[in-house]
Amino acid sequence: MSSLIETFKDEALELLQELEAALLELEESPQDLAPIDRVFRALHTLKGSGGLAGFESVAGFCHEAETVFELVRSGERQVDQDLVSLTLSAQDHIKGMILAEFGGEPVGEDLTAELVAAFQSLQPFHSSEVEQLSSSAETQSEQQSTYRIRFRPNPGLFRQGVQPQFLLSELARLGESLVVAQFDAVPALDELDPEECWIYWDVLLTTAEDEDTIRDVFIFVEDDCELIVQKIDEGGQLDQTEDYKRLGEILVERGDLTREDLEKYLKGKKLLGETLVQEGAVNDGKVQSALVEQERIQALRRERKSHDVLESIRVKSDRLDKLINLVGEMVTVQARLSQLANNRVDADLLSVAEEVERLIWDLRDQVLTIRMLPISGTFTRFKRLVRDLGTELEKDVVLITEGGETELDKSVIDQLNDPLVHLVRNSIGHGIESPGVRQAIGKPGKGRITLSAKHSGAHVVLTVVDDGAGLDVEKIRAKAIEKGLINAQAELTDREIYALIFEPGFSTVETVSNVSGRGVGMDVVRRAIDALRGTIEVRSEAGQGTTFSLKLPLTLAIIDGLLIDIASVHYVLPLSAVEECIELSRADAEQSHGRNLVKVRGEIVPYVRLRDEFKIKGQCPEIEQVVIANLEGLRVGFVVDHVVGEHQTVIKNLGRMYQDIEGVSGATILGDGRVALILDLPQLAEKAEDEERRNNR
Amino acid sequence: MSKRVMTVDDSATVRQVLNMTLKGAGYEVLQAVDGVDALAKLSNESVDMLVTDLNMPNMDGIALIKEVRKNPGNRFMPIIMLTTESQPEKKQEGKSAGASGWIVKPFKPEQLLAVVRMVCPV
Repeated sequence: MSSLIETFKDEALELLQELEAALLELEESPQDLAPIDRVFRALHTLKGSGGLAGFESVAGFCHEAETVFELVRSGERQVDQDLVSLTLSAQDHIKGMILAEFGGEPVGEDLTAELVAAFQSLQPFHSSEVEQLSSSAETQSEQQSTYRIRFRPNPGLFRQGVQPQFLLSELARLGESLVVAQFDAVPALDELDPEECWIYWDVLLTTAEDEDTIRDVFIFVEDDCELIVQKIDEGGQLDQTEDYKRLGEILVERGDLTREDLEKYLKGKKLLGETLVQEGAVNDGKVQSALVEQERIQALRRERKSHDVLESIRVKSDRLDKLINLVGEMVTVQARLSQLANNRVDADLLSVAEEVERLIWDLRDQVLTIRMLPISGTFTRFKRLVRDLGTELEKDVVLITEGGETELDKSVIDQLNDPLVHLVRNSIGHGIESPGVRQAIGKPGKGRITLSAKHSGAHVVLTVVDDGAGLDVEKIRAKAIEKGLINAQAELTDREIYALIFEPGFSTVETVSNVSGRGVGMDVVRRAIDALRGTIEVRSEAGQGTTFSLKLPLTLAIIDGLLIDIASVHYVLPLSAVEECIELSRADAEQSHGRNLVKVRGEIVPYVRLRDEFKIKGQCPEIEQVVIANLEGLRVGFVVDHVVGEHQTVIKNLGRMYQDIEGVSGATILGDGRVALILDLPQLAEKAEDEERRNNR
Repeated sequence: MSKRVMTVDDSATVRQVLNMTLKGAGYEVLQAVDGVDALAKLSNESVDMLVTDLNMPNMDGIALIKEVRKNPGNRFMPIIMLTTESQPEKKQEGKSAGASGWIVKPFKPEQLLAVVRMVCPV
């Protein structure tokens, strides 16, 4: 018989071949369930076999890919080209990992880490930021709770093939466990049937898992045992004292001692534990077990307290702002250094410049994370607001928050409060129906508003969802016509009509200060979100409710930009909005008969000629570039002379004089010291649209 | 006469580990690659115990356990399922299908033997 690792190698190579075949098939028909199943199974089997044959690294690696395909299988994630390519690279990599054990080339650790990170980024709550978070000891101890578990099997347990120690070791896998065995029920030796189980166990388990997961361990024996699971300590409670319950209290809680007996024995002068054992009220094992619990929880709380002290220091936020500014300056200077180094043919200088560039990018990322705060603080404030508003407007509303741990730059969070208040207020005021109406149409009387936050690439998406009446398309339309925002004949999609509520002049009240007024202008909300370089979108279904999605950048200080030039002057476009760049020859432009439309793979996309928009004189090049941007789901092209490339953009304010200029959101300093304006694409597109509407009138 | 155990798993590696461990402890081992194969073999042979993987092509472990339990002669036969840590919900499913216990993969040979010896002594 061949050795186990040989068997594994043969099996694995076969599975990898199967994996590749299934992936290629999947690429052809991404919707097909059969190849998805095959991919999943191949990864799953590789993981299981790898673990058994001692290839833990292969098993761990496969686990990440498997997790993603589990999501695909359950329909939570779509298959796309990227996923197929990624998995194909992973397949090559697994092969390399296995062959390396048989004398092949060793695989690069970096590549392993890179692929693992790529798979993790496709798993929910696994964006790299969150990953970093959960790996830090501080958050872990915050989320962990301690449970008191008493597992007392029926004496006949052994005969059913159950090994209690496996249950205990499975418990131990969930977290840190302390086990105290109780022997008081064990009969005297001459009466003992060795096939019966008379021992029972007290376990203290500190874990991030919930109670159900703990109970799951005992699924097969739940009918044949007495099982008590109680949560006795919860992480994350700040300002908690180190003190824990007294011995007597613990014993009463556990049901090992009655309250009356406790009172009785407390009157004695000796230590309670000793008294109880001497009097035979509670046996020694149970007292010991309770003492272990007391000691454990006190230790945990002490540790948590010292952790809090060690892990964070308070710094004035203006110091952080200065730090960010300095880093911004450094990024600018570094860009200059890189440019100089590139111009001079000097390998030494170039390598130093590259090293500096790498370090500064690292520094930038680190400094930006310092300013990140969880949004939960803002969310908590809304609980009160919703309660008060509900009472005031006579509506029964419950607020649900999700993703409070999501982090955003402090300045973004500060400026987000008002717009969110507007939205929540509107949802309660206009969205949620009164309890009577709700019950009449078969909805639960209590309305729900859900505030949630989650990461999405370089953005955070906040949503405010209510289960109210939804937006009334006809009403909005009528009001927009009345206010002269649209033509009575205008044919608009529902989506376009919803967007009208953000138009200035749609609502009557327009000042930001009027937060507590009714019918607050939604244009104020949009302006605030625009100022944060975010976008807002509304979806609604009549009778079902309304969803506002706010997409916000993680930080305001530094962005990834796309550097372009028009007539030798540089401009920066926010890279997050850019989808692709295509060429536009003069012949193409003439073909569309001056209507400024370009065909991008079959789709007609309108474009804005920035040269015309900025009234720049002179001849445009024979072949221009169109930067296709995605603005809240709408694709719009921006015609420029040349696309220069990516640029780390440190945003500088334009100052008071120029802050209201349309289409420009700021400026930055380039490597050679010149200034480039940062363009506000949504504003430019809107301006162009307005102009066109005026021309058509 | 030694006891017979049927092992069902689509992975040759897992089958080999099960085979080596159980044979080394004095059991006779019958191997099957999936649920369909296992049922076919069980129609001709009788075994004292079944150890089955859950995720397999053709017929998975849960379906196999249900089928096996339909035969009145197998009502009390110990059936141990092999689960991975990532599928806790499978335990409940397996229990309702009629499994008598489970072992989490990857397992150590002595863990496997301890469970097998307990429900089906040599």
